[in-house]
Amino acid sequence: MNTQNQSNTRLLLPEFEYVKPKTKTEALQLLDQYRDKDTRILAGGTDLITKMKTGALSASRLIHVRDIKELSGARQIDSALHIGAVTTLADLERLPEVKSVYSALYEALRSMAAPAVRNMATIGGNLCNGSPAADTAPALMVLGTVCTLSSLTGERRMKLSEFFVAPGRTALLPGEMLTELAVEGVRPGSGSCFLKIGRVSADIAKVNIAVYLERDGDRITDCRLAAGSVGPTPLLLDSVASLLKGSRISQQMLSEAGRMVEDAISPITDARSTQEYRKAISCILAEEAIKAAWVRSGGEVPR
Amino acid sequence: MMEGYAIELTVNGRRVCAEVRADETLLEFLRTQLRIIDAKLGCGKGDCGTCTVLLDGRPVKSCIVLAASADGKDVKTLSGMQEEPLIKALQESFVTHGAVQCGFCTPGMILTAASYLREHENPSRDDIRRALSGNLCRCTGYKKIVDATEAVAKRNT
Repeated sequence: MNTQNQSNTRLLLPEFEYVKPKTKTEALQLLDQYRDKDTRILAGGTDLITKMKTGALSASRLIHVRDIKELSGARQIDSALHIGAVTTLADLERLPEVKSVYSALYEALRSMAAPAVRNMATIGGNLCNGSPAADTAPALMVLGTVCTLSSLTGERRMKLSEFFVAPGRTALLPGEMLTELAVEGVRPGSGSCFLKIGRVSADIAKVNIAVYLERDGDRITDCRLAAGSVGPTPLLLDSVASLLKGSRISQQMLSEAGRMVEDAISPITDARSTQEYRKAISCILAEEAIKAAWVRSGGEVPR
Repeated sequence: MMEGYAIELTVNGRRVCAEVRADETLLEFLRTQLRIIDAKLGCGKGDCGTCTVLLDGRPVKSCIVLAASADGKDVKTLSGMQEEPLIKALQESFVTHGAVQCGFCTPGMILTAASYLREHENPSRDDIRRALSGNLCRCTGYKKIVDATEAVAKRNT
């Protein structure tokens, strides 16, 4: 790291090579060609360029994919919403179906960074960083998202919950690129919610939680919960979901679910928050998020 | 070996052909090659918003945009938008409300405010604060900036 970077008066980028493929195939060819080298995919750059400027990360070559049209935009195929990996957060936030159908995703997008950053940052970039705090991750996980990983030899699909391997690490293999996310359609009588605690608004999460549930009368028939910043990866809270599945909603049930969250997560103490605080606030956030999703599904406020 | 990258883009309505380094940011390109200095270098890592410019019509933080990636795009800085009524109204409002002290954040602040007001009618103070949350001001304490923006929003709607 050079001294200019340490002094933080003038952050400079290190030298690297820049390549800009025009198509997905061209991008995959480059990725395949350079798989042994220190090559990174550049999308919105809001994390990558910042990290390179502060010296947190280095790369000798950047493959810029942000302007590849076939990787951008969203379209409905059958009941699922297929989102190109380089779709910006701002473009997603502006989609009417995101706002009206996928409440948890909309709330996650709205909670992220400043508008100018959301104009640059992409959904794929947010996920490929592999940050345990990525706000779109828990929202997309509970909404049932399958991601497509493409390489020159083909494509493979996996649940988004299986995409995250460790802090900063994803299931992407050398030569592979995240190209698309398919978000399941929601059922009638369902509701979802995303909640987050940060230091200030638009900050990186101390804890974030997302809930999706389906309701029949006063019972939860299906349910998924996920939380971020409380483990090495965004976590699907299956144990809490199975407690809620099939049960009648009540304040007592909500409190019990909240308590279960504490055992399902493994937060650490870091610059943003402490383990104790994260545990305590996760329980409350989970309760609130379940309650909000329930009300959105058409249910009455539980007592 | 440093290889140059040829780019062609529109800056403030003018067609520009130039050669940039891979590690050259859009901000550096604007300030040093084109001498457009209303976009400013504050934090250099996308936090403070003094480097805000419009890229294809949308505000971005030019200190974390690679100049090479702006190839083929339309870039506007505040100095290229002086004739727009909304910009003029904001500039006057910032003056009358005392929303400018050292002035360093002002171009980014006005550009961000204008982009927001163009798309949102009748915003609340809270909406305005949120819209400007990516632009830091170390002098005013923000109240007068929000006052100035709110006054223009009310006149527009």
